[in-house]
Amino acid sequence: MGQITLKQVRKSFGDVHVIPGVDLDIQDGEFVVFVGPSGCGKSTLLRLIAGLEDTTAGTIEIDGKNATNLPPARRGLAMVFQSYALYPHMTVRKNIAFPLKMAGMTEAEQTKRVERAAKVLNLGSYLDRRPGQLSGGQRQRVAIGRAIVREPAAFLFDEPLSNLDAALRVGMRQEISELHQSLKTTMIYVTHDQVEAMTMADKIVVLNAGRIEQVGAPLELYNNPRNLFVAGFIGSPKMNFITGPEAEKHGAHTIGVRPEHIRVADDGIWQGVVGLSEHLGSDSFIKVDVSGIGVINLRGPGELNVHHGDRIRLSPAGKIHRFDAQGLALK
Amino acid sequence: MARAVTPQRQWIVTIAAWFVALLIFFPVLWMILTSFKTEASAVASPPQLFTADWTTENYTEVWARSDYPRFFWNSVVISVGSTLLGLAIAIPAAWSMAFVPGKRTKDLLMWMLSTKMMPAVGVLIPMYLLFQKIGLYDTKTGLILALMLMNLPIIVWMLYTYFKEIPGEILEAARMDGASLWNEVVYVLTPMAIPGIASTMLLNIILAWNEAFWTITLTTTKAAPLSAFIASFSAPQGLFYAKLSAASTMAILPILILGWFSQKQLVRGLTFGAVK
Repeated sequence: MGQITLKQVRKSFGDVHVIPGVDLDIQDGEFVVFVGPSGCGKSTLLRLIAGLEDTTAGTIEIDGKNATNLPPARRGLAMVFQSYALYPHMTVRKNIAFPLKMAGMTEAEQTKRVERAAKVLNLGSYLDRRPGQLSGGQRQRVAIGRAIVREPAAFLFDEPLSNLDAALRVGMRQEISELHQSLKTTMIYVTHDQVEAMTMADKIVVLNAGRIEQVGAPLELYNNPRNLFVAGFIGSPKMNFITGPEAEKHGAHTIGVRPEHIRVADDGIWQGVVGLSEHLGSDSFIKVDVSGIGVINLRGPGELNVHHGDRIRLSPAGKIHRFDAQGLALK
Repeated sequence: MARAVTPQRQWIVTIAAWFVALLIFFPVLWMILTSFKTEASAVASPPQLFTADWTTENYTEVWARSDYPRFFWNSVVISVGSTLLGLAIAIPAAWSMAFVPGKRTKDLLMWMLSTKMMPAVGVLIPMYLLFQKIGLYDTKTGLILALMLMNLPIIVWMLYTYFKEIPGEILEAARMDGASLWNEVVYVLTPMAIPGIASTMLLNIILAWNEAFWTITLTTTKAAPLSAFIASFSAPQGLFYAKLSAASTMAILPILILGWFSQKQLVRGLTFGAVK
């Protein structure tokens, strides 16, 4: 079981209210991603769930029981840290076995579980090495191994991939997703990378200044963002926002069009000059300075033949998101 | 851009370093050389660095006249004992200061350090009377307590600096892994801080070994360590420089050897945390 419920959870450091009040339901077995810009309180929220920080007010329930004042070890959760937080003086085997030793398990049971975890994570040949002798990816696997041997109610991941290089990050992202599918245990994952959020999550929680802006499935957030913040945060490159007469034509204060929903066309309604053009092979990212509107980002096919200084015409070719003056989405 | 080091510059720096090193070491060298001179050549005027009539007689006489092994053993017990007791108190204290600091932790640390700036003679009379009243005068236990209290601020400060270098996330990971506070300190913090604890231990053994003010004041014969052994050679009949030097050499030799073998650890300890 791994159902977690937050009821009006608040956290303040002196006069600074980092989490002004959060309500959230996480179902057993869900992969929930907390995403938001730096300093939005996502890591603090995770630490509150872990018990590494005390709540200022509110209740945290784990599997229906009030865990607000329980110490971290008694919450039945396991955490993977950004810095891996491995014990440098212990071998991989001892690192993974540490939580089992603390739980008072027999040596035989410890060995059995460590070997099972090592097999799942491909760590078999590294068990007698120390963390200092491992690469970043291997260290992260050890940290995950240390978390899974406890068979916790839920896993908490605090930006676990941010210290890895881009290629390794993609690989580890897939491994964590596969692990979730095989273990079917609740996972709460904190990241500022919305690609990680979109690819891994069953449910994304978008945070901004300690408040939950929107909770939903990745595509729900992508297709129906509740406000300008979510619309701008989810999706890469960022959604284009247009105000003024062009927005008023659609009965809105602001309209949003995703870069992939704009096409280059001879009969396009907007005309502009190409600023920056990046050709990645699979995609092209183009910035076009449209008179009367501003800079529009466009994502086109790899073979799109436009370059700096070209005068082109554009048209929205997908959903136009409409927002009111308060930044809330219009139905 | 890296600073260019010309051979000429390297020579100047090397010569300057040797000069400073010899200047610092000269009193010790003089003492060792004097310990092998006769009393007459030890007080010769003008002073002689080297003498023609080398002798080991001073050592034989010092050894015969006093119970060196007893003084040596007292020094070992007092310096090691006060350091171990100090560590037992300072490890939990430094842990709490480094990982769960309060609003006044910095002030407390500064206050502890400031006690080291107070002249020891300021508390001489109360300490002396107190030790006599409670039966700690001229006991090893008394000296262990006194030296531990004298050096505790330094031990806490050094350990605090080491502990601050240990990432808090590792201790949080231990907490998540189910470690109690005791297990966190025993299985995670202490093994990670072993280099720091070892440096602190070595430095404090040296400080306690070399401590003379309290060891001479608070002892007579039973608990007297090597510092009191040296002082016993300044007899009322006059100073016998050659014998005094032999006694001093015998007193500092063990700690000099310890310092020599542990210099790497000591230097690392003293510069730890200076550059992050």
